Amino acid sequence: MKKEYTGRSFWKYPLHKKLKVAAAHIFLAVLSFVWLIPIVWVVLTSFRATKGSYSATFFPTSYTLDNYIKLFTDTSVFNFPKMVFNTFIVAAANCLISTFFVVAVAYTFSRLRFRGRKGLMNVGMVVNLFPGFMSMIAVYYIVKMLGWTDGPMLRVAMIAVYAGGAGLGYHIAKGFFDTIPISLDEAAMLDGASKFQVLTKIIMPLSKPIIVYTMLTSFAGPFKDFMLAKVLCGANADYYTVAIGLYQMLDEEYIAQWFTSFAAGAVLISIPVAILFMCTQKYYVEGVGGAVKG
Amino acid sequence: MGEKTKKKRTVYQYSARNALCRGNWITRLSLVVFGLGCLVRGQIIKGCLFLLSEAAIIFYMVRTGFHNLSMLITLGELEQQKVWNEAKSVYEYVDGDRSLNILLYGIVTAAVLIAFVLIAVQSVKQAYKLQEKKEQGKHVPTFREDLGNLLNNNLHLTLLSFPVIGILAFTILPLIFMICMAFTNYSVEGNKLVLFDWVGLENFKRIVNFGGTLGQTFWAVLRWTLIWAVVATFTNYILGMLLALLINWKETRLKKMWRFFFVLTVAVPHFVTLLVIQQMLQPEGAVNVLLRNWGIIGASESLPFFTNTLWARVTVIIINVWVGVPYGLLQMTGILQNIPEEQYEAARIDGASSFVIFRKITLPYMLFVTTPYLITTFTGNVNNFNVIFLTSGGLPRALGSTAGDTDLLVTWLYKLTIDNKYYNVGAVIGIMTFLVLSVVSLLTFRLSASNRNEEEFR
Repeated sequence: MKKEYTGRSFWKYPLHKKLKVAAAHIFLAVLSFVWLIPIVWVVLTSFRATKGSYSATFFPTSYTLDNYIKLFTDTSVFNFPKMVFNTFIVAAANCLISTFFVVAVAYTFSRLRFRGRKGLMNVGMVVNLFPGFMSMIAVYYIVKMLGWTDGPMLRVAMIAVYAGGAGLGYHIAKGFFDTIPISLDEAAMLDGASKFQVLTKIIMPLSKPIIVYTMLTSFAGPFKDFMLAKVLCGANADYYTVAIGLYQMLDEEYIAQWFTSFAAGAVLISIPVAILFMCTQKYYVEGVGGAVKG
Repeated sequence: MGEKTKKKRTVYQYSARNALCRGNWITRLSLVVFGLGCLVRGQIIKGCLFLLSEAAIIFYMVRTGFHNLSMLITLGELEQQKVWNEAKSVYEYVDGDRSLNILLYGIVTAAVLIAFVLIAVQSVKQAYKLQEKKEQGKHVPTFREDLGNLLNNNLHLTLLSFPVIGILAFTILPLIFMICMAFTNYSVEGNKLVLFDWVGLENFKRIVNFGGTLGQTFWAVLRWTLIWAVVATFTNYILGMLLALLINWKETRLKKMWRFFFVLTVAVPHFVTLLVIQQMLQPEGAVNVLLRNWGIIGASESLPFFTNTLWARVTVIIINVWVGVPYGLLQMTGILQNIPEEQYEAARIDGASSFVIFRKITLPYMLFVTTPYLITTFTGNVNNFNVIFLTSGGLPRALGSTAGDTDLLVTWLYKLTIDNKYYNVGAVIGIMTFLVLSVVSLLTFRLSASNRNEEEFR
């Protein structure tokens, strides 16, 4: 990113410019306030001592850590530690497989020229236009046909379904590869490197940012998705991921007892996901904006 | 990249047609006996692999494949039956046909058949290539050399094989499966959940028919989906751009901090924030409580966020602004910082006002770069399941209707399939969504600046 331009000292401006600059900052402050309310509210609710989803005041009247403790001790209805464990396993496997898929597809489409390349890319674009939920039922039956809907195989099913389609999301990584000068490849190939060696010895070391980005986003995926995991798991609570668990806590049956713990759980999973996101947003911006470099 | 410049389209020499017309009898016979060409010309391992795949597929087809395909015609007719068991003196249930399994196995078998044809074509092509090589006295690659080539000239085959298998199994196969369902009567209606039949275009007719209940719901939902997608896309786009410009303005201090505030909302998982917003907007939720405390509304009043149609629609659009603008901000920021500074300087030297600079440089540049972004945002909004499902849930809903006033095609699809088990109608809705998206994407792409001149801004 280029260095950013800031004006001269505020106090030296004439009055009308002072007003203009001040107005802009007040406007930004108001907007930030609106944008941050829901997040502040979850954090406050997670420390609220009174249970239930409704509160007579915006700020809790008394604060407690019980909501967090309950998540990890009261495992009779929602086994939160187990859910974290499940999600972690699925996320780790998904992270490895998806990253391999995404890098492989993105590199192929960015660097290699072969018959049918355009055709394959078009098929990918068309498939991406179908609503993802359309095939969810079908995915469930396919997984069932494979006998993966019970027991530990459910984890395999989740990993397969999350990672299986990962190759379709190659655009950001391809955008990154496109910005690496092709002359590097050519020079290496003149020296007798095979295309695979170009990938492992030249492109990969230069692409650490995008690889890290892909790994982190695919790791965060299972923490954020609840629909697919829910359809696959059904009533099999042993294999629930965190997202399903949190979603269930808002069920009419549990909300009175579990709402504040839902907030606590939401805060807990948001922290790692937010940190991951903060680490990767730079690459996200570059991947999207990187198609045209000034 | 030099994609566009490479215009020369040479006729591909080793096509299957060429091979069959010009090849000798060994090449032609390779269409029937896979790998014959390879075997005759010394590529023993490759030839054996071809032959093995042929044998395996034929074995599969004879064992179950042809049966699967023939069942596809009727999708099964045998109902579950009660049979009297003398020994235990109880009625036992004997499984009948299950149309869903028949359909799935049928599709898999069809895929195997397609693979068979593709392998046959490959076999002929390989044989033809080898024939030419022999005739011209060139070296015939050994198996080891072929393997080595998988890491060099054929690297795309190596890299793409696993991802493509994944996509075929978990994206394309399910899609085909669902598309087939659109042509059946697989639905809770008439109790067709175990055994169902092909009904042709019946479901499509019902959906587009203005007269019927389903048709009326469809057109209403489609209209709202389009309004929603257009409004949601442009509010996100324009507000995101304005916010990015404001933060990027040279007089704005603490740029990093402002960006952090907005980006924080993207960083927290959406299903969490959306569920929280849903809770906050309930009649007794935090927002109404705040408004009551501040005296803006009466002590027992609450704003009808999800109970009045217009309120609900405006509310979901505002929620979408909340969700989407930070994304827009992120992307626009990257783009803004990439605008070549020289262009601005040149304009300033020529004495252009900041408004003119914005209109003549910033705006065209942004529009040019962001057209693909606009399309993806539009697609994302048409398929924006989470924002609707987790907040309004499609409410408010008229009695007896399957869709609410804020339901999009995707959320309606979810309700039809998961909640109501109208699988066939759900599949039709999915196809309709696809059609809407492809028409819009194609039109935008045609009209967009990106299509006119790729090099304009470089």
